[in-house]
Amino acid sequence: MKRFSVGLAGLFMALGTAAAEDWPQFRGPGGTAVSSETGLPTSFTKTTGLRWKADLPGRGLSSPVVVGGRVYVTASSGIRDDRLHVLCFDAGSGAKLWHRQLSATGSTACHPKTCMAAPTPVADESGVYALFATGDLAAFDADGTLRWYRSIVGDYPTVSNQVGMASSPIVYKNKLILPMDNAGESFLAAIDTKTGKNLWKTERPRVINWVTPLLRNHDGKVEVLFGGGRELVAYDVDTGKPLWTAAATGTIPSPSLDGELLLVPSRGVTALKLTGTETTEAWKSARMNTGMSSPLIYQGRVYALNPSAGLVICADAKTGEVLWQERVKGPFSASPVAGDGKLYVLNETGTLTVLKLGDHPEVISHSSIDEEALATPAISGGAIFIRGSKTLYCVGSKLGG
Amino acid sequence: MNPNRLFFVGLIPLTICLPVIAMPPASVTEGLDAIRAVSREGQGNEAASRGWKAVTSAGVAGLLPTLTAFSNASPAAVNWLRSAVDAIVEAEEKAGRPLPVRDLQQFLSDTKQSPAARRIAFELLNRQVPEETAKIIVTMIDDPSVEIRRDAIEARMKAAESLTGDVKRSEYTALFAASRDKDQAEELLKRLKAAGGSDDLTRHFGYITEWQVAGPFDSPGGSGFAKVYPPEEGIDYKARYSGKDGAELAWKPVQSAATYGTIDLNLDLGTFKDACAYAAADIVAEKDTPAEIRINTPNAVQIFLNGKKVYEHEEYHHGDRFDQYSVAVKLTAGKNRLLVKVCQNDQKEPWAQKWQFALRICDATGGALPLQQIVIRDGKETTITPGALKPVPTKEENK
Repeated sequence: MKRFSVGLAGLFMALGTAAAEDWPQFRGPGGTAVSSETGLPTSFTKTTGLRWKADLPGRGLSSPVVVGGRVYVTASSGIRDDRLHVLCFDAGSGAKLWHRQLSATGSTACHPKTCMAAPTPVADESGVYALFATGDLAAFDADGTLRWYRSIVGDYPTVSNQVGMASSPIVYKNKLILPMDNAGESFLAAIDTKTGKNLWKTERPRVINWVTPLLRNHDGKVEVLFGGGRELVAYDVDTGKPLWTAAATGTIPSPSLDGELLLVPSRGVTALKLTGTETTEAWKSARMNTGMSSPLIYQGRVYALNPSAGLVICADAKTGEVLWQERVKGPFSASPVAGDGKLYVLNETGTLTVLKLGDHPEVISHSSIDEEALATPAISGGAIFIRGSKTLYCVGSKLGG
Repeated sequence: MNPNRLFFVGLIPLTICLPVIAMPPASVTEGLDAIRAVSREGQGNEAASRGWKAVTSAGVAGLLPTLTAFSNASPAAVNWLRSAVDAIVEAEEKAGRPLPVRDLQQFLSDTKQSPAARRIAFELLNRQVPEETAKIIVTMIDDPSVEIRRDAIEARMKAAESLTGDVKRSEYTALFAASRDKDQAEELLKRLKAAGGSDDLTRHFGYITEWQVAGPFDSPGGSGFAKVYPPEEGIDYKARYSGKDGAELAWKPVQSAATYGTIDLNLDLGTFKDACAYAAADIVAEKDTPAEIRINTPNAVQIFLNGKKVYEHEEYHHGDRFDQYSVAVKLTAGKNRLLVKVCQNDQKEPWAQKWQFALRICDATGGALPLQQIVIRDGKETTITPGALKPVPTKEENK
């Protein structure tokens, strides 16, 4: 999903970097957490290296997403955390383009660490699809026009996760893929991006799950891979029919896919080799116990955070052999992201550690936003977008600067 | 003169001379109708989308009609309307045009309008005329909007810090009575006591603290949640039932000792897993009364009112917070029989052992209703004011 942003064209010509790559969903293009951009920033301070920052109206564990030079972000606020916000900023200038609010129609009960703005929105060229932990789901055009709205709890009243939902939707063509594993009616659904109506809805086990689905293109057919508490299931993206399953479970961090290699994290990582609809275990690592963060695959290596040990672990993607590990101060809720030969690790106190990757790691910098940071950063347009509890930061050179 | 009156009375000549809220364009009316018609699973979305564009493209002419349309709109429709208000206001502000302050003031003063819409009107006014809203907010401690009420109480709490003696105590008494949020009520009670006053959180929130309970009924694998046990078919407090492991069950009176009305079934019935219990209370309303039943429990729960199931939620050990679940009901004049079914699952983890609930009955803002309760004392029915807590045993009694 590459798209050259007209608004950022000048910037890229000035910087001599590659075209802006969109970061449209949780963990970016294809949920890989990897950017193909080069010339990415390595550090910042309060006075240097920030393109802009913008106040946010509430907390959020949701990541910013960037498409077509627009940054979309969600937030929740209020004494009952029942006030839901969708905001759009210009990626180049940080100007707030629009702000829409919704009222929670589902329960706002959750673990105190999370909040109702936990699922990451997903965007395409036409606009943004914002899901909240309350089950409120809205599609806004890029200019802020409400295209449609759904109250998922209104439609399916038993839907409930009082720890707090956090699975994020993804988009495939005209389908918004909506994961809804919870303590009540659970399902995976495809919703028409134009009308908000169900195209298909497939029943799932009533097991709470925070995993975000992935898309896999296999022999011209597109599958939705969705892990969970009992198994990982591949669904036909056109019909929602289950196609095959794999006995790999995990309900918190999300899987990563790179070619035939599928990483399924849960108290360690299980690497599956996908051959058609067959899966075989390639390797397994208990050391890569990633907690809430999801591992990624980049340039033939797996990078995983081990929050209890405070480590970044690098392993060979084919064998699982640990190549190196580097101590990095945690704790971590955000997942790491990679690009330009670097790994970006954001801890909960807002410190961004940048590691230059290679046979041996090199810690390039530690920079801090000095506020709580639980959301996974986004990379787009030569910038790193970091969402703090009160502020959205764009780390990168200023336009024309 | 009360600043609230000044704020609103100033509008009277205007309302007489002018149709303050002009008739909206037909496109706005039709658009709002389309939005209010949305229903399950996105039905009506296409028409609502066209309606949203019609309403927002009308600019400020669509603002008051949109706020007015909140009344009796479904929660889904309210969110279409909410975002339309944002779009209208944003466009007006970007164009540098002021919002219609007097129309918004009149709308805010009409407490029959939707509390959510009035809160939006209040916030818009606060952006336009903050000095005036600062004057009005302190008069709104009894507002139907709990958000406005909270801000009003907070403003008065700040002002009350400089008061002294009886005036201070009287002010904290009034603010406590008006409070609806747990944190605010607790802080106000603390301040009230420091000022020499007293009150009672349990009765303030309307907790039912005395119940008849029966259980455990056997619920293997959570099957009891869907099973109809005899108490659901009719309650006879003298009845005997066959319970878990063949035990004979009888109704027994229990009383909470907790400020927020918790009935601990592990204490009152014993520690059981895969079990269901029932709790019954007879509540008396003077007249037919709209009410909300609010319950918190870490267990799966069902609520029956006068023999009809009004609420159920099957989820275990995912929190037990204040006002966790809520259902709107209508109490009928006279006796209303309330029955709560609380189901425990078979989880073994230490954090999954609680088997309890707390229930209160209140109005839409969360304020206690003037209800009575019929309880059995010494084998006879007696009418009491609900909310009394079980006395804490004295040291002598503990011995």
